[in-house]
Amino acid sequence: MWKWLHPYAKAERAYQLCNTLLPYFTVVCVATMIIGWIWGLAYAPADYQQKDSYRIIFIHVPSAILSMGAYSSMAIAAIVALVWQIRNAELAVIAIAPVGACITAIALITGAAWGKPMWGAWWVWDARLTSELILLFLYLGVLSLYHAFEDKKAAGRAASILAIVGVINLPIIHYSVEWWNTLHQGATITKLDTKAIDPSMFWPLMVNIVAFAAFVGVVTLIRLKNEILQREKHRPWVRQLLTQE
Amino acid sequence: MIRTHSYWLLFCAVFNKDLKLAFRQRSEIINPILFFLIVISLFPLAIGPEPGLLARMAPGIIWVAALLSTMLGLDKLFRDDFNDGSLEQLMVTPYPLSLTVFAKVAAHWVVTGLPLVLMTPLFALLLNLESNALLATLFTLLLGTPLLSFIGAIGAGLTVGLQKGGILMSLLVLPLYIPVLIFATSAIDTSAMSLDYSGQLAILGAMLAIAIISAPIAISSALKVSVS
Amino acid sequence: MQFDSFSDFIAMGGYGFYVWLSFGTCAAILLGILISSLNDKKRIFKAVADQLIREERIKKAKQEQNS
Repeated sequence: MWKWLHPYAKAERAYQLCNTLLPYFTVVCVATMIIGWIWGLAYAPADYQQKDSYRIIFIHVPSAILSMGAYSSMAIAAIVALVWQIRNAELAVIAIAPVGACITAIALITGAAWGKPMWGAWWVWDARLTSELILLFLYLGVLSLYHAFEDKKAAGRAASILAIVGVINLPIIHYSVEWWNTLHQGATITKLDTKAIDPSMFWPLMVNIVAFAAFVGVVTLIRLKNEILQREKHRPWVRQLLTQE
Repeated sequence: MIRTHSYWLLFCAVFNKDLKLAFRQRSEIINPILFFLIVISLFPLAIGPEPGLLARMAPGIIWVAALLSTMLGLDKLFRDDFNDGSLEQLMVTPYPLSLTVFAKVAAHWVVTGLPLVLMTPLFALLLNLESNALLATLFTLLLGTPLLSFIGAIGAGLTVGLQKGGILMSLLVLPLYIPVLIFATSAIDTSAMSLDYSGQLAILGAMLAIAIISAPIAISSALKVSVS
Repeated sequence: MQFDSFSDFIAMGGYGFYVWLSFGTCAAILLGILISSLNDKKRIFKAVADQLIREERIKKAKQEQNS
C-alpha cells in the first residue's frame, strides 16, 4: 500500500518531488494571500463590537492554527525519521522548524497588537497567547539544538527526538495553561467564538488560512530542497543539476 | 551476548555506583540544596519580608527554585560517563539502555530531589507557610521532583555530546517543566485555602507515571544519538 | 468596499496603528523567511560551483605537473 512512497526516500527523487509540488503551492499561496488580505482588510464588514481592529484575526488566527499545524507536521516527520530511519524526513523536520517559529512569532505579535486596543495591554497572560509563547520556546529549542551539533546527521536525529518529546508534551502544556488561566482570571474576552462568526467574515478567514498553509508549504519545500542539496552536495546528481541551471 | 545478571541486579549496580560517586563528592549533594536555600532567601530580600505576601508567593518561589536547582545537577548526569567512555560500555552490554538510564535518573533524584523534599519544613518556616500548605508542598515535591529529573534527563541526554550543553539544556527542558510548575503550585495554593487538592496531586502522579514509562526510552535514544 | 476613502482605509476606524502594525510585521516576517530561504539556495549552489571550479583547477595543475 505504501510502496509508492519508498522511492522518495532517495534524495534525488525527493528533490524532484519538491520541484513538481513547488509551483502549485506557489500559485495557491500567491492567489489566496492576495485575495485574503484584500478581502480581509477592505471588503469584510467591520465587527459591531471590535470595529476595524478585529481585522487582525485574518492573520492572527491563521498563524496560530498553522503554528500548531506546522509543529505537528514536524513531529510526524520526526517520527518517520526515527522509526523508519529515513533521512529526508529528518531534513523535513529541520526545514519546517524555522517556518513554524516565524509563524508562531507572527501569532504572538499580532496577538499583542490586537490585545492592546482590546484589553488595554500589549501582553496579557491569556491562555492562548501563553501557549503560543511556549510553542515558540519549543520551536527555538529544536532549532538551537540542531545548530549546536557539528555533525549534522546527529543533529537531525537529536532534533527529531526533541520534536517528538515536544509534541507529546504540547497537549499537556496546552491544557495545563488553559486550566491555569481559568483558575487565575475569568476576565478575558473569548477571542473567536466560532459559532457566532458571520459568513462574511468566515470566508475571508478561510481564504487566509489556506494562504498561510500554502505559504508554510512553499517555504518548507524551498528549505527542504536546500537541505537536500546541502547534504548531498558531493553527489554527482547535484553537480549535474548545477550545469543544467 | 548472554545476560549473566538479572535486570534488578543491573539496576542496583548502576544506582549504587552513581550514589557512591555522589557521596564521595559531597559538594554535588550540598550545592543544589545551598543554591535552593539562597534563591529562596533572595525573594524576601527582593519583594519585602511581609509575611502575608511571602505566604502568597511561597508556592511559586519554592517551585521555581526547585526547577532551577534540579537543572544544576542535570548537566553532570551523563557527562562524566560520556567523557570517560563508560556510557559507551553501558550501551554495548546486552541489557536495555533504558533500564540503565532509569537507574541513573533514580540516583539523580535521590541526590538532588530527595534532599529538597526532606528540607521542605525549613523552607516553609522561611516563607511563612501554614501547616497544611506545608503538607501539600511536601507531597508536590515528592511527586514533582522525580518528574523534573526524568524530563530533564531527556535534555541532558540530547546535549551530552556538546561542548556547551549546559545553557542549551535549560532552554530545551524548562518549557517542558511548565505543566509540573502549574499543577504543583496550584495544589499548594488550593491547600492554603484549605480545599481538597487531591486532583492536582493525581494529575502530577499521572504525569509521573507517563514519564517513568516513556522518558527512559526517549533518554536512551537521545544518548544513542549523542554517542554515535 | 467597506471604506469610503483611502484615508479611511488607512485609519481603520481609529485602529489603524494596530492593524497596520500587525499586517506590516506579518508581511515583513513572511518575506524575511522567504527571501532568506531563497538566498540559502543561491549560497549552496555557489558553494557547489566553487567546489567544481576548484576541482577543475587541481586537475589541471596535476596534468601540468605530469607533462
